[in-house]
Amino acid sequence: MKALECIGLKKSFGGVAAVDDLSFSVDEHETVGIIGPNGAGKTTVFNLITGLYRPNRGQVRFFGRDITAIDPARPATLGIARTFQNLRLFGSLSVLENVTAPLLVKGGYGPAGAVLQSRGYVTAERKARERALELLSLFRLSHRADMPAGSLPYGEQRRLELSRALALGPRLLLIDEPGAGMNPREIQGLLGDIREIKKAFLLTIIVIEHQMRLVMNLSDRLVVMDFGRKIAEGSPHEIKRDRRVIQAYLGEEGDGLC
Amino acid sequence: MSFLRSARRLLLVSVVVYVLLKGLFLSGLATEYLQQIILYALIVIIGSLGLNVIYGYTGQFSLGQAAFYGIGAYMSAYLTHVFSIGSALPFLPVLFASGLFSALIGYLIGFPILRLRDDFLAIATLGFGIFVRVFLDNSDRLIDALGGARGFVGIPRITSLDLVLPVTIVLILVTRNVIFSKYGLFWQCIKDDELASSAFGINTGRMKSMAFTYGCFLAGIAGGLYAHLYSFLHPSNFDFLKSIDFLIIVIVGGMGSITGTIFAGLVWVGFIEGLRIVLPSGMLEYRWVLIPILLIVLMFWRPNGLMAQKESRFLGIDRVS
Repeated sequence: MKALECIGLKKSFGGVAAVDDLSFSVDEHETVGIIGPNGAGKTTVFNLITGLYRPNRGQVRFFGRDITAIDPARPATLGIARTFQNLRLFGSLSVLENVTAPLLVKGGYGPAGAVLQSRGYVTAERKARERALELLSLFRLSHRADMPAGSLPYGEQRRLELSRALALGPRLLLIDEPGAGMNPREIQGLLGDIREIKKAFLLTIIVIEHQMRLVMNLSDRLVVMDFGRKIAEGSPHEIKRDRRVIQAYLGEEGDGLC
Repeated sequence: MSFLRSARRLLLVSVVVYVLLKGLFLSGLATEYLQQIILYALIVIIGSLGLNVIYGYTGQFSLGQAAFYGIGAYMSAYLTHVFSIGSALPFLPVLFASGLFSALIGYLIGFPILRLRDDFLAIATLGFGIFVRVFLDNSDRLIDALGGARGFVGIPRITSLDLVLPVTIVLILVTRNVIFSKYGLFWQCIKDDELASSAFGINTGRMKSMAFTYGCFLAGIAGGLYAHLYSFLHPSNFDFLKSIDFLIIVIVGGMGSITGTIFAGLVWVGFIEGLRIVLPSGMLEYRWVLIPILLIVLMFWRPNGLMAQKESRFLGIDRVS
């Protein structure tokens, strides 16, 4: 089954088409990489999928269901989680609270339960906390649980962002430039992490990335964008040899990627 | 019930405080004037706690807290007038209703203005505050008893230590429980990053409205107690400068600290009124030279407020573990 379908998506900002007639689909349990030069419209695609932007044209379907221009708070409850290119952690909250918050969204108790500290409140809070601690230990962050998220080193903030996204129990995970600002060794670790969670959580993943090694290693399939359009699509092996891709990245005379 | 267990420390402290104050009041050691100041300080704490929920925890910069304080004050005074209530017990439902009325107004006004952020929200709430002030100035044209610019006179003096302290303690506990539930957590998420909050499924519109409404409820309760402490209301008591008072207390105490608001409320009222006693009468106006200097020094010394985001152990916060 198709986990996600984007059909003829278009989004312009005052005459400039950031995404133009973009169509692609992602199968369940597949990992698709979106690559392209800076400003190709990759992050805009994520924002269109998650309802932050409303497309001018086109449709987004999630497991067959039309989610075009969805309310931005809804994808999380449908099972779409994302990370942000520029890390949007809740910086003043503790590491543990960052992961607990999405776990508590699904209810369990109401305002009266909170005021009276009802049984439902105690159970829901305890369960969320336990689950959050599990997720933190999975990402080797247990020892940081009580620190403010904003005070973590960069690499750990990236891992925290992933664990926060997984707290939603998503079916589809959108990862925006996980390798940005990381050194090769950290990237190697990250690659392992993403592979592992993909298997453990049976995820479908779309990843935007600049680091060729990371995205080629991770993805089953790649979508290449340039100036808002899809210029190529195929397995990493095919993409490496695609003339249009090489042109987009290296100009006319390039001879092979990576 | 885990509510009482986690509240036992605070309740113990409150009993001690109650006995001490009661002794002070009955023995005559505290003059009528001093008693009034103490009760007033507790009232100010309730109102500031409301603003701390709105601004300190949720990050919604409101300059209109005094308007909701005024709405609660006038509403409760009008209700005791209409039902000719003169004692504490029948006053409780009136007080609650005034809080709810403030909350309702806050909820309704929240629909258009809570879409705004930061400075824009500040301007909108400021505008609402001015609107309320002008409305109160002319209120006698609508209902003569409200008094308009002449002021609302002849309000029964019902507010006493026996009423204010329990109400304050209960409201501190309720606020504590809400803050340390998922609601408080979501509020702080929104303050940190509204966009990410919504991407993680938090209904930001509803949560912001909830914080604002609850903060206005607290302001309304504080107003109701205030009206029946001084038995006279004037629109000028609820103008823009009063909102600034609440704001100063929240910032001085620490944005996002209940303990901080309690301390800062006591310090603020104690300082303004205390200087009135200490300073010779000719120099009374120098308070407004001293206080700003003090604030500046404080902000250098403790830029995040007296308590920053910390809480006293006496609040009994034991995160469910």
